[in-house]
This record gives sequence, C-alpha cells and structure tokens, in this order.
Amino acid sequence: MKTFLRIVAGLVAVGVIALLAFIFVPVQRTEPTEALAADWEPAEGQGEYVLNASDCVACHTSDDGESLAGGRAIASPMGTIWSTNITPDSETGIGDWTFAEFRAAMIDGLEPDGTHLYPAMPYENYRLMTEEDLRALYEYIMTEVEPVSNEVPETELSFPFNLRFGIRAWNWLALTHGPGFTPADVSELQQRGQYLVEGPGHCAACHSPRNTFMAQDGVTADEDSFLAGGVIDGWNAPALRGEGTDLSQWSVGELAAYLATGRNAHSTANGEMGLVVEHSLQKLTDEDNLAMAAFLKGIDGDAVDLPESFAAASGALEVPGADSAGEATTTMLASADPDMPLGARLYMDNCVGCHFATGKGAPEIFPELQGNSLVVGSETMPLISVILNGAEVPSTAKRPMALRMQGYADRMSDDEVAELATWLRGAWGNEASPVSAADVAAVREADHGH
Amino acid sequence: MARQEKKKDVVIVGLGWTGSIAGIELAQEGLDIVALERGHDQNTVPNFEYPQQIDELKYGVRLKMMQKPSQQTLTVRRDGGETALPYRSLGSFLPGNGVGGAGTHWNGLNWRPQEIELKLRSHVVENWGEEIIPEGMNLGDYPVSYDELEPFFTQFEKVAGISGQAGNLNGEIREGGNPFEGWRSEDYPMPPMPTTYDSAKFRDAAAAMGYHPFHAPAGIASTSYVNPYGMQMGPCNFCGFCERYGCYQYSKSSPQTAILGALKRYPNFEYRTQSEVLRVELAADGQTATGVTYWDDVAQEEVFQPADIVILSSYQLNNVHLMLLSGLGEAYNPLTGEGTLGKNYAYQMNGGVTMFFRDEEFNPFVGHGANGVCIDDFSISQNDFGAEGFIGGSYWRSGTFNGQPIRNMPLPKGTPSWGAGWKQAIGENYGHAMSIGSHGSHMSYANNHLDLDPTYTDRHGRPLMRMTFNWQDNDLKMNQFMKSKMEPLAASMNPDLMQSGFKGEGAMYDVRPYQTTHNTGGHIMGETAREGAVNRYSQSWKAHNVFAMGAGNFVQNTQYNPTGLVGGLAYHTVNAIRTQYLSNPRPLV
Repeated sequence: MKTFLRIVAGLVAVGVIALLAFIFVPVQRTEPTEALAADWEPAEGQGEYVLNASDCVACHTSDDGESLAGGRAIASPMGTIWSTNITPDSETGIGDWTFAEFRAAMIDGLEPDGTHLYPAMPYENYRLMTEEDLRALYEYIMTEVEPVSNEVPETELSFPFNLRFGIRAWNWLALTHGPGFTPADVSELQQRGQYLVEGPGHCAACHSPRNTFMAQDGVTADEDSFLAGGVIDGWNAPALRGEGTDLSQWSVGELAAYLATGRNAHSTANGEMGLVVEHSLQKLTDEDNLAMAAFLKGIDGDAVDLPESFAAASGALEVPGADSAGEATTTMLASADPDMPLGARLYMDNCVGCHFATGKGAPEIFPELQGNSLVVGSETMPLISVILNGAEVPSTAKRPMALRMQGYADRMSDDEVAELATWLRGAWGNEASPVSAADVAAVREADHGH
Repeated sequence: MARQEKKKDVVIVGLGWTGSIAGIELAQEGLDIVALERGHDQNTVPNFEYPQQIDELKYGVRLKMMQKPSQQTLTVRRDGGETALPYRSLGSFLPGNGVGGAGTHWNGLNWRPQEIELKLRSHVVENWGEEIIPEGMNLGDYPVSYDELEPFFTQFEKVAGISGQAGNLNGEIREGGNPFEGWRSEDYPMPPMPTTYDSAKFRDAAAAMGYHPFHAPAGIASTSYVNPYGMQMGPCNFCGFCERYGCYQYSKSSPQTAILGALKRYPNFEYRTQSEVLRVELAADGQTATGVTYWDDVAQEEVFQPADIVILSSYQLNNVHLMLLSGLGEAYNPLTGEGTLGKNYAYQMNGGVTMFFRDEEFNPFVGHGANGVCIDDFSISQNDFGAEGFIGGSYWRSGTFNGQPIRNMPLPKGTPSWGAGWKQAIGENYGHAMSIGSHGSHMSYANNHLDLDPTYTDRHGRPLMRMTFNWQDNDLKMNQFMKSKMEPLAASMNPDLMQSGFKGEGAMYDVRPYQTTHNTGGHIMGETAREGAVNRYSQSWKAHNVFAMGAGNFVQNTQYNPTGLVGGLAYHTVNAIRTQYLSNPRPLV
C-alpha cells in the first residue's frame, strides 16, 4: 500500500513538474530560415509594401483610431480579442522590441516575455514569410511609422481560454509547417502568387476550413484542404478552388481585377473581403495581383491564361443576357404575372432595377446573383444583412467609386426578407436552403453592420 | 472681423460639373485646392436612395434639390420700362443646390454645338450680309473654334459617359447618326439607348418625310461604363426620374458618378460645404484676385480664403452676380453697349406638338431624361436665314422622359382642370399621348442683360442681381417656322387629336411656368476686353488669376442643351491653365 501510494505520489509529482514545466519553462523561438548579410538593407519601399501585403492595418487599426495603433475588437469563438498597438511607441507599442523578438511574434506567436499571442494573429501564415520580408517590415515599423501612445484594452477571454499557456499545446498541433516558404513546381509568377497567398496575404486564415482544434486545416498549397472554404464571423469565405466555385467561372484577369478593385465582371467584395481590398490588395502592384490570381487559378494544376492587363481599360462593358440555367426565372419575371411568388414580386419591386431579370447584374457595378457565393452560401446571415443594411465596396486606386447598395430594412418585414432571400437562393438555377423569418429577425436584432 | 483660412493654390467656387473638372485636373498637378460649396454634401447612397428619391411631390413639385429663393434669388423685368420684382417662387428656371449642382438633377441631354454656331456672326455675314442682323441683336463669334474644342468635347463625353451613335466620324457621314453634327474624332463612349415606342413612331414618320432621325445623345448609361478616371455607371432601367432628381441607380452622368469619388482621393484636395462665397477679393492694384470671402453657414461667420487662383464654377446666374459684386469688369450698359458684365444674357426658345392616339399605349412611365429620337433637319446649319427672315434653328426630339402623375398628364385643350370632367379625361387620355419637342436657339440682344438691382438685397445684405429679359421677334419667328414644319409631320402620324404649343409674335416672357434651366451669357468670352468679360480661356480680362467657367461664357445660346459645350469649354480652360498658366501666371491673351 505504501509502495502504491509512493508510486501515485511520484506520478503526481512528475505530472505537476511536467505541468509546471509546460507552463514555466521558457518557450523556444524558431531560428531564422536564412542569415542575412551584415550590411543587408531592405529595398526602398519594401517594408511598407510588406505591411500592405500582410494587411496589418485592417486588424491593428480601430475604426476612428490612428493607423497601426491597435484597439480594434476582433470577434472570435472564444470572445473578443483586442488588437495591439504595433507602432514603435515604447510604452504602449512595440518600440522596445528587437528584431528577434519581432520575428518571434510573426512566426511563433510569442511576445518578448514569452507570452503566447492568440492565434487571431495569423502567425500560422506569417511563419512562411521570408527573412528579408520580416526584416524589411520590422525596419519600416521602427523607423518610418510614427509612434502613437495608445493603451488598448486587455483581451480578457473566459476560462479556460484565458490560460495562455494552453496555446503552447495548440501550437504543437497547428505549427506543423515551416518556417519559411516552399515554392510549388509552377511558373515564377505563380510562385510569387503562392508566396503572397500563403504567407503575408494569409488567405488561408479565412478561406481554409478549421479543424477540431480551430487550427487552419490547410496552410500550404500542397494540402488538399488549403483554401477549400471557411466561415469567418458568420460570413462564408468561399472556396477558392474546385468545381462549382465562383472562381472556377472567372478568368485570371477577372480575379486580379477583383483583388485590386473589389469588383469585376461578376461580383463585388463586401464585408471582410472589402476590408482586405481596401487596406491591402489595392495597394499591391498589378503584377502581384496577377500573380495571386494566376496561382489560385492554377492551384489544381489547370493551365493558366495570362491577360496583358486587367481593370485598366475605360469604356463600355457589355451587359450579359440570361444563360440556360437562368432562362426560366428570367422568363417568369419578364411575364409580369401578378400570380408570381411573393419573393419574385419583392425582387421586381426592389432589386430588378440593378440586378435585372437575368440575375446577371452588370459588369463591375451590379453583382450577379446567379451562383453568387454570398447568395447561395451555407451562412445566410450575409445575404440577409446585405438586404437589410446594404453593402459597400470601397473606393480603390483603379476604381475610385465607393459602390454603395442601399439597405431595405425599413421597406421590408422579416417575413418579406425571408421570402425574398429564399426565392433568391432558388432562382436562376441557384440551389440553397430556405431562409426563415426567425433568421431575419436574428440578423436584424444583431444589427450586423457589414 | 473675418476668420482667415490657410492660403491655398486654388479656390474653387461651386462643386458642380465645372468645379469638379477643375478640381481633378488641377489636383493632378499637385496643387493645394479647396472647393467651396454653398449647399450640402450629397451622394447616391444615402441621398438618392430608392424609393425616397422618386417622390414627385417632394422633388418634382416642391423642388427639394433646388436653390431656395430665401437663400439666393434675383429680380426680373422684361425691359427697362418695368420695375424688376424678386423671383420669389421658382418657375421658369431651377438653379440647383448642393454638391454636384445642376449636374445631379439634369435630364442628361449632352450635345455639342454645330461648328457654325461658334462662328455664327461670320456665317451670317458671309452668306447673307450684315443687313439681315436685326437691330438690337448682339450677334457674335466665339473666340474659339469647334476644331480647337473638339478634343475637349471628346474628353468630356468620355468622362461624363455619353450614349449615342456618331453621325460624322472624322468627316465621314455614318448611317443612323446625326449627319448634321460637328465632326467627332471618336464615336460615343457607349452605344445608344434602346428606343421607346413613341420614339420609334416618330423615327418612322420623320424618315418617311425624308428627314434624318438619330438617337438623342444621352448622359444616361446604356451599358456598364468605366470612365478615364476609373469612375463608373451602371445601365439605366428607364424609371423616368431624371430631371429634378438624383439618380439612385448610378445610371445618370453626374459629378457623383464621373468625378467626385476619384477627386476625393487626392490628399491635396478638400471641399467645404455650406460655404457660400460672397465676393472675390481683388489686390490693391485690381490686377489680380487675392482670394474669396465666404459665409460659413455652420460657424455663422465670414471667412477669408486666400488663394493664388480663383475658379468661378457656380451656376451661371451666380457667377455673373459674384463678378458684378466683386468688380471683375464693368457692368454692361445696354444703351451705350459699353461694359461686359451681364452682357448677352440668353435663354432657349422651345415649342412642341402633342398628339393623342385613342388606341395606342405609350407607357409614359418607361423613359429617361435623354430618351428619344431626334432630327436636326431644321437646325442652324440647315436653315436659310435670308429666305426665312430669322437667325436660328432647333433640334426636334420625341421620347417619353417621365410618366410622373402630378405633372405629366397631357390632356386635350379645353378639358376642365379639376372635378369629374378632369377625372374622366385623365381616364381616357393617360398613356395615349406622345409629343415632339422643338428645342431652339436664342440669340443675344442689347435688351436682355443682367445687372445689380437698385432696390432689393439678399440675406447677406448684397444687392440682388436683376434680370432684364423678354422674347424677341427673331426667335419667335424661328419658333413659328418650326410650328409650320412640325405640324405636317405630326399630322402624317394620323393622331386622333393634336395640339401645338409654340410662342408667337407678341409673346411676353412669363417667369412663372417652368421653361428651361438653360440660362446663358453674362460673363461672355470675347476676342478683346471690350467684347467680353473673359477671354478664349475663360480667363477674366480684369484679373488674370480668375477663371469663370460655365454657360456664362456663351456669346449667344446654341440650339442645344448647354452641358456638352460647358464641359468642353471647362476642359479647354483647365488645359490652358495646366499647360500655359501655371508655369507663368499672366493674361493668356
């Protein structure tokens, strides 16, 4: 019995020591992937460009706050995470960080004192960035960004998510790749696109599914689930590969135009993607947006046709007619039969002026509703929200007009919005589940302002 | 003591079409610019949202988008023998208010003048001799030619996004276009709009009589469109709410759809609304302006805005008023012909025929402001002035432009205007009428001018401007000529009933019913400082750093809607500033 108790006590002691070690033994920082020459200096503008490509501003700037001074509330399944001040202010920002400490935050998710960052910071993806880009970004923030004194709220998640050491275990599961970038066997342009998509662009953070542990299921191009579609804050981040996706219908030029301007011949960027376009993609070179488009279009091995340019030419753009899948709906709407279903009548009274009987909209300005991932997505909140509150495509360098769709919250009841949304999800060959008045009421209540 | 703002390179007075053009073209030069706008800010969403915007009572009748007479108005008389009285209720013309100006609430008809309209005096003298010019008519040549303006017409049409079909492409006459238009170096940016039933009926009747029908040139999008600034329009849905309304559909050409979004991205550009410019301040020697003084309606105080260049781009009436108040030239004296400010105020001479067809449905609610088929067979270039006894011409157009129920219920003459008889007539006639309009030239005359009123003042204590204007025999004769040609064409269509509305001999100007907001002249271009208030670059003869844009530049009015010429002149002016003035500020002529 004594022996048994001793063994138990010993095991408990080992367990406690292991737990204490797990909590208190300093974490290891990953070594750099490359040693830069002592006199290495970033190219002119490189750091700011990396900042834009990494979309730092979108999360690290609050709605009315100074750029990069943090304080933006980021909704997560565990609670609200407050983005930090990453200006070089010594007190409230990262002014005292060494480059090694900065790199550790970017690729290991570690603060200088060893505290784990919540993975809302996409170090899973930044982990793939080159040493040169990390250095350039660091130099830019330290020497060219104005320090801003701004104390942001502490992130206070509920138990057990407030125990940050738990992230150490999560990292064992999530950080199975990298550090550093491994190009696929594709053209040089596509490799550049791959780098931007996988690394700084951190597209997988939204567009890859999440596994049981809420880690990204698919971080690099060699994984089948990479960019196979995810859900973020109630919005579908649609699959960027495979059959039947929006992208499978778009040309490389159309995809590049969408990235650079938030609009193309088929669709417009709303919600979270609108922010990505506004803060990041519109600031990249044409070649880089083309590279990302070329990589994404060729991700499943298909041949890629590169256009000479995109979103450049001004002039008239032809409005498409109905296709075979949409013909029946188009004919029904054009019949103006008073007995048509309520959803169709609501469409005629409110929507047809811009999106037309064809459901095809008009290139670059009125998005098509046929097959639109926002219309037929598994998540119905975005469609309901757009009908209620409208939507806005940001002003971009190449397409400076902020395209605003008005909301119809004052014009339609919950029942009517549900009828309309349900009808849209079944019109022109769309096949998606119905929407209930309760779904609409919930969105109206939450007042999603996307 | 006026507040003083930091000096700017350029101050722009009024943020409508020409102010927006000056803003973006000069912002591209890196200049530090402020635009001052009297009215409110407005944009497609939220200001023009559907269905609030298509409220005919609020916007069509109560004129919510227009200048309020309490804000600014003028006095009107028909000749020097009358006492001018304030225009207290908007009627004959509707000056706009707010960002975008008249460019937000126009119909979208965008024409270029014919070549000879810019050299009309020479055309008349060469072909018929000076003796056919009536006494009292100030017939003039513009100091700039069509050929010089052509690239700028093209530029404006691309920016504004115009739908149409070229009739004269580099001198080659093209089937389906207007064979009598000035040559164009490129086709219209967008294909023509589809044709409504009344337009098609008119087209067939006109063709049968040997005329040359063509699509009206429309600042209304027939397709998706991206302009050279990357700004956009979406295809029109023919809702019929253009004039007096902002477009909820991004389909009407306007500063909002064509320029402002791009302009606001320039960090060296800012604009202030509710900032009404009271006067242009001149340097002690009177040779240049030092800036403008404006009324900040929010702070309720006067503000001095110093600037190196002043662009006057408010509505024509307001531009002339500001120039008169600021001493930017001598006021015109109709008795001596001396002075230039206020000279050659002109308007438009319009008429039309309405036809009723008991058994035809025209669906008048399907339309847009620039809808229709036109003919130019009786335009200025086609008329024998010597034989007909007038100088001028018109274009004709037929096409539903709105079916708004309060103001667009054509009824046979003699129908009771209320009660059971009216109701019965509405039931019998709504949707069964179509019309043909004649949109005619208006010459300039010694009598018709603008000056400062000796009696009435505005809310800032400034004298109101006074309009002296009446119809003149020459233009009334032109109008009667159009009646004599249009009635046979209308009759050929076999209506059950037709009725004409053309002013004739002895007609007096009535400021109450709406006619047109094509007020022109008053700071006209002139070859010399004796002839006009500005030179060929719209540059003030008095102060070389003041440029006055808009229809105030028109020597006499053309037969067309003025926007195309206004836009072409604006780009011509801004090009001169960019290429000639900035490097060496001076009088350019």
